[in-house]
Amino acid sequence: MMALRSTALAAAGLFAFLLFWEAMPRLGLINPAFLPPPSTIPAAFLNEVRLGVWGEAVLSSLSHYVTGLGVGAGAGIALGLLSGMFRWFEAATAWIVRLLRPIPGLAWVPFAIIWFGVQPEAAVFIIAIGVFWIVFFATQGAVRGVDRDLVEVAQAFGFGSPWARLTKILLPAATPGILVGLRTALGQAWMAVVAAEIFGVPGVGARMMQASSLLSTDIVVVYMLTMAALYGLFDTAFVALQGWLLRWRA
Amino acid sequence: MTESITSEPIISIAALSLAYERAGTRNVILADLDLTVARGEFLVIVGESGVGKSTVLRVLIGLAKPSSGTVRLHARPDCRTPMALVFQDARLLPWRRVVANVAFGLEGSGLSKAERLAKAQAMLDLVGLSDLGQRWPHQLSGGQRQRVAIARALAVDPDVLLMDEPFSALDSFTREGLQDELQRIQAATGKTILFVTHDIDEAVTLADRVVVLAGSPGRLAAEMPITVPRPRRRRDAALQEAARQLRMELSNRSAEL
Repeated sequence: MMALRSTALAAAGLFAFLLFWEAMPRLGLINPAFLPPPSTIPAAFLNEVRLGVWGEAVLSSLSHYVTGLGVGAGAGIALGLLSGMFRWFEAATAWIVRLLRPIPGLAWVPFAIIWFGVQPEAAVFIIAIGVFWIVFFATQGAVRGVDRDLVEVAQAFGFGSPWARLTKILLPAATPGILVGLRTALGQAWMAVVAAEIFGVPGVGARMMQASSLLSTDIVVVYMLTMAALYGLFDTAFVALQGWLLRWRA
Repeated sequence: MTESITSEPIISIAALSLAYERAGTRNVILADLDLTVARGEFLVIVGESGVGKSTVLRVLIGLAKPSSGTVRLHARPDCRTPMALVFQDARLLPWRRVVANVAFGLEGSGLSKAERLAKAQAMLDLVGLSDLGQRWPHQLSGGQRQRVAIARALAVDPDVLLMDEPFSALDSFTREGLQDELQRIQAATGKTILFVTHDIDEAVTLADRVVVLAGSPGRLAAEMPITVPRPRRRRDAALQEAARQLRMELSNRSAEL
């Protein structure tokens, strides 16, 4: 009953929001060129699909997204594990981390273009950097927080090597924390996708820039919603995967 | 199958001391401890908390380094894991199913996964949890968890089973059930057991011999064989008499120190 009620409330809220959005340009309160009413979006969407632009942009962005996420998360987990396991590694990298950590992904755009050109690799690089720190700190913290008692169990059964400690105890025990970081990264990476493509690498972000320079705001909204939908899809799938991986929890 | 107690020692501890330094002060946990455990013996170490009972086990299993002294182990030459420890809290790995927890120590032993799981299942049968292999640890009661921990330790077929107050966190019903169970398991497997507790009734119920650790740093203060035949009944007059003597022994020792 409560679930049904809150679903109904959520739907009503969304409907009211759309109604408000529709009313603003229709009543002439906002110039429709600045804010297209939602009723114009489906036509704009169908047109983009018909032109083949939508599919192309989405596929290209998805490939940047998945590759960037993979590279950034992979590096973040690997270095986070090292840093969480070995004090000397953490000490050796402490100032490097402090130096690089505050630099936002966008600030790397000039270097991305110089190193990779206006190519998919440049977008992947920007996305990977955006993802890396989130996953790195989540992993490091998760490893640091593993119950020492469980590490002793491995030792008591003769698994004293760092590799055995990692695979038998630290990695499985840190998985919940790592997954929290990954889920944050999943959302962060979409922001990075737009940032990375705005300078011209083909994809959703580039298409939005094109459309906005032509004042086709309805097309901009199409891609905003496209990204929201893709994020929703990935997040739902991720939550399902997370639930399965952590099925051992109470 | 049952091995009787022999005079052949399986563990000889000589002049064992353990101290560590923290914030400039030297803490001595154990001083000059001599202890011999015979093969097949059920030896119980009792003492108040903080006398270093657990430390003896931690040194034996390699979780703590002694400052001086020697520990000699006369294990079977073919024994891959001469000792296994059951902790006070079961310390199961929550992300492994029960059967995989029991198989934990067998990994890297050269057995195939199927062989490891078969052996783990046999151990679950031994501790009376045949049907719970596919459960997750959080789905078990405290007593069941401790049984799984015992099965995990037995699975590696150790020469000596070390048990660090394994029943102290359980309610008394469960505790007595597991004490009976442990005696049955020892009779079936003939394992040498080195058991630490602060519960005197538990000590006399289980032990072939009780040693008292007392003082700070911990020293061997007294020793008492329990000759009451097995299977033992808790209300047996001879056992209660042994418990009374042990209590007296303990209070005398703490008065002296």
